Amino acid sequence: MSEEKEARSSNGTKKALELVRVDGVSFKYDAGPNVLEEISLTIYEGDFLALLGPNGSGKTTLVKVILGLLKASAGNVFIKGHPVEEFEDWPKIGYVPQKATHVDPFFPASVREVVAMALFSRSGASLKKRKEKEKAIVTALKSVGMEDFMGRPVSRLSGGQQQRVFIARAIVHSPQLLILDEPTAGVDAVTQERFYEMLQQLNKQRAITILLVTHDIGVVTQHVNKVACVNQRLTYHGTHEDFCQSEAFKAMLAAGHLVSHRH
Amino acid sequence: MDAFFTYGFLQRALFAGIFVAVACSILGLILLLRRDAMIGHGLAHVAFGGVALGLFLNMMPLATALGVAVLASWAVIKLKEKAGLHGDSAIAVFSSVGMAIGILLATLAHNLNVDLLSFLFGDILAIEPIEVWLSVGLAAAVVASILINYHQLMFLTFDREAARAAGISPQRLDVQLTVLTAITVVLGMKVVGILLVTALLVMPAAAGLQLASNFKQALWTSAGVAFLSVTGGLAAAFAFDLPASAAIVLLAFSIFGILFLLRRRKRF
Repeated sequence: MSEEKEARSSNGTKKALELVRVDGVSFKYDAGPNVLEEISLTIYEGDFLALLGPNGSGKTTLVKVILGLLKASAGNVFIKGHPVEEFEDWPKIGYVPQKATHVDPFFPASVREVVAMALFSRSGASLKKRKEKEKAIVTALKSVGMEDFMGRPVSRLSGGQQQRVFIARAIVHSPQLLILDEPTAGVDAVTQERFYEMLQQLNKQRAITILLVTHDIGVVTQHVNKVACVNQRLTYHGTHEDFCQSEAFKAMLAAGHLVSHRH
Repeated sequence: MDAFFTYGFLQRALFAGIFVAVACSILGLILLLRRDAMIGHGLAHVAFGGVALGLFLNMMPLATALGVAVLASWAVIKLKEKAGLHGDSAIAVFSSVGMAIGILLATLAHNLNVDLLSFLFGDILAIEPIEVWLSVGLAAAVVASILINYHQLMFLTFDREAARAAGISPQRLDVQLTVLTAITVVLGMKVVGILLVTALLVMPAAAGLQLASNFKQALWTSAGVAFLSVTGGLAAAFAFDLPASAAIVLLAFSIFGILFLLRRRKRF
């Protein structure tokens, strides 16, 4: 039996499972100063959580600690109730890293191959399940509106299209949690708007919990339902409505750490 | 062309050469995309030390070189991890040491120079039947090993961080790839020699990348270029009395050149 905990969801009406629990996590690189200090937060099933913070505040580091790519110097991370070191069901966690769109222009990968590499590398390419997997690839690409680009080399797509393909790769396993690290950096405002609408659909229609690292205040006010602010320490964690009234929000706005792409 | 049906030594050379070159091209494509192409060059220098050791101890030089190169490939990975060196620095350390050992042993033994030359410049036409089977077996194992891990290697090469987050172990595949490179380099050494083995890893793969719009196409084209280079190179070497290694490499370069020009024409 899983040790997943149940708790009230953001709207308080239905019970939600605890997907990720970060418990007193600190992190430092070698003998350097702490990049993260005693961070504790919980991500529940159904959340669309924005992780905010200035440059160098430790957002990406926190994401990497959650994913087990970096080992916390203190504290623990639990995914679906399991310590991250023992967690094995990684296909249930989709991840689109920062700078994912810095694609090597000489890498000859088609859109289909980029999505397939995630699907087949975890479960092999047995002929028996091949049809099912091909279907999953098409479904994932349809979810992000890229099904007509299957045979196109990914290096010849625009930044926004590439980002959609990487999200398709991250959701092809039908994950419970999707983590995106600054996915719209370098993408124009109109494309960003469509992109966030797509994320909202994934969150609502496919019930995928989302953790989104961003600087964009427009996203926070219109799309997410929860916000966590990190600046070495956790300065805020709660609903987005409360966040707009919080000291953390005012401080970030005053320091120019938030941007808005809405006009 | 009739010569390939008449002479046993040509058949052996062709058989082993095709297997080894195709293995090199498939592995080379992954190395090129990982920007690790020079690892082949470094391990070839290490293999030179292994060949010299084999000749010095009167053991089978190809097998000794294989053992030494595999050990060195493991040491390169460990040195990278423990000494915090970049990959190319760790390779440079071992390639220099391998070459130095080779020179030292050749000097001490006095009579190794002629044998060593055949490994430096390749001598595919003089390949022994046992070496043919060793080459074919190992080349097939290299290709099978890559194809089994095809998607994982591709994911790790394309986006290492996302692949790690998806639960793919980079350490295991890095070790596997380095060991496979060591094996392939030693096999390629017999075909084109230590000095030109990098060409067998790099040129068919570079040619394959010119027109491919997906990874599978690049793999097939690279393997095709490797096949053509060995077949055409050996035929040219036999017909015009040329050194086989140089003919194979120059033909591979010519095909690369043609595909490169076609790519430019396609773009503009």
